[in-house]
Amino acid sequence: MKMKTILISLLIASATVGLLAQDAKEILETVDLNMSSENRIFESDMVIHGRRSSRTITSISYSVGDKQSFTEYLAPAREQGTKMLKLENKLWIYSPSTDRTIQISGHMLRQSVMGSDLSYEDMMDDRKLTETYDATIAGHEDIGGRDTWVLDLKAIVDDVPYHSQKIWVDSERFVPLKQEMFAKSGQLLKRTTLSDVQKVQGRWFPMTMVYKDMLKDGQGTEFRLTSVKFDQEIPDYMFTKAALKQ
Amino acid sequence: MLSLKLAFKNLLGAGLRTWLNVLALSFAFVLIIFYNGMIDGWNRQAQRDTAAWETGEGQFWHPAYDKYDPFTIEDAHAPMSEDILKEVNNHTLAPVLVSQATAYPHGRAIGVTLRGIDPNQEVLELPSSKLPQSNRTDYAIIGKNMARSANLEAGDRLLLRWRDKNGTFDAREVEIAEVFRCDVPTVDNGQVYIAISTLQEMLAMENEATLLVAGEAFEMRELEGWDFKDNEFLLADLQQIIDSKKVGGSVLQGLLLIIALIAIFDTQVLSIFRRQKEIGTYIALGLTRAQVVGIFTLEGGAHSILAILLGSAYGIPLLLLLNRNGISMGYAEDMAFDIPLAEVIFPYYSLRLILITVLIVVITATIVSYLPARKISKMKPTDALKGKLQ
Repeated sequence: MKMKTILISLLIASATVGLLAQDAKEILETVDLNMSSENRIFESDMVIHGRRSSRTITSISYSVGDKQSFTEYLAPAREQGTKMLKLENKLWIYSPSTDRTIQISGHMLRQSVMGSDLSYEDMMDDRKLTETYDATIAGHEDIGGRDTWVLDLKAIVDDVPYHSQKIWVDSERFVPLKQEMFAKSGQLLKRTTLSDVQKVQGRWFPMTMVYKDMLKDGQGTEFRLTSVKFDQEIPDYMFTKAALKQ
Repeated sequence: MLSLKLAFKNLLGAGLRTWLNVLALSFAFVLIIFYNGMIDGWNRQAQRDTAAWETGEGQFWHPAYDKYDPFTIEDAHAPMSEDILKEVNNHTLAPVLVSQATAYPHGRAIGVTLRGIDPNQEVLELPSSKLPQSNRTDYAIIGKNMARSANLEAGDRLLLRWRDKNGTFDAREVEIAEVFRCDVPTVDNGQVYIAISTLQEMLAMENEATLLVAGEAFEMRELEGWDFKDNEFLLADLQQIIDSKKVGGSVLQGLLLIIALIAIFDTQVLSIFRRQKEIGTYIALGLTRAQVVGIFTLEGGAHSILAILLGSAYGIPLLLLLNRNGISMGYAEDMAFDIPLAEVIFPYYSLRLILITVLIVVITATIVSYLPARKISKMKPTDALKGKLQ
């Protein structure tokens, strides 16, 4: 009788774990549906908090999948006209003051983008979570009055920047509200806080993101989206080096 | 011999005018030797330091590695063969594994190059033995300039973040075991040295290296899968900088020499104008015009002999003193141009340098003495005797 109880308990436990894993995968898939798209056009204000003052950089980005991206800085005047092109794992920057295009190398990819908490590397990685991580539900938490699923993500592919992540997903809108990225050693590297979730073209999307490099001092970098358009027609020539000088 | 005697007698007879010319020329002579000696001394020290700290007797590079192209670092690594490992154990080759990382000193983020070196290596002067082998703590050594720019000192902990061979981030704290002093900026600026075994484990590149530094005891031969780069190649940048410094310096030296030579030229023109009767007398006594031109050219050229003697009188003790004590350059705090620069430079005066300088001074002084003296060959002896202006 005792043996039977144990067996039934084990079966129930394993079924629960399986269900939870299944649920976690479904949650992640729904998150990807909200966060990823075939292509998108963002207009944003990036607020970089320095030691003494903050500055805002306005830009417009055109992206297709996770391989092609083109960004043009619109303000302030000092950065105006600077353009960035990402193709696969290569990145070029055009500076209007020198009228030159330079490829950002491995070493420089680790530098921050215009003094922000984002490195060029961070901007280059944009794959779907379901393609790179296996998720398990770790529990529920309340963030800013909203109920969230807490998911532990473990990398399922080798070539992923963060070995593990922890994300807090709004249980109703399926949008991450907080994201923590960890190194292989378990060291917390980055934290992203997402807020101001709005419905855009039938999907929930966070309009404000705060990136914080946890190894660095400072208040982090705020990324405010002022306009988001999904599934737009973006001409192919935009993703060529020639477009940088136009 | 008579001409020589005559030339020196006339020169010394001119008194202060001669000595002023000689003094100016001697300055140029001493300065040329000093400047080139300093550049040569710097060159020798820089080459010796770079070889001792970085290049050894040459390096074997992974074929994909190019030190000028950071793009190559990611793919430039390969396992070391049994043959290479034997050389490493014999301390004739020092393997170096290179990777890029971000260091976070005191909450700041800075890009650094991680270099894995063998703590037991004896090829380079890097104090790699200061990297203690410990299972619990990872240690690093850094140069003084790196320590200054990152505000670090021995005993401090430094957080490093890097990507392994698959591109996955990892982070770890290391303890600074030693801050070393080195005059080679490329060994110091932005470089963090850790034990190669630790870096191999961090990058998941077991037993791999990016380059191998050959020591004196290494029996030079080809190593399959590695490209040899000799010191001529590795130190080419330094040589080019030194050469450009020499060209820059030669402009200043040339100007000084020209000033001295103009003074000699001027003196010669004046001599020939004022000593027409003397010239006429020489010709009347049976000397050919060419012989008279020779006397005056020799007289002008003799300035250089006197300048060399005078320059030697004060220059030799001065240059020897500088050679013994060296010239303090201060510690190159910024090392901004990646040029090895020792704190004290000891000038090096080679025999070749001295002989070339002597020849330059003598030949140029003789040429500028000859140019005005050519006028003598067109003089009429009778008019010259009368002292008529011609």
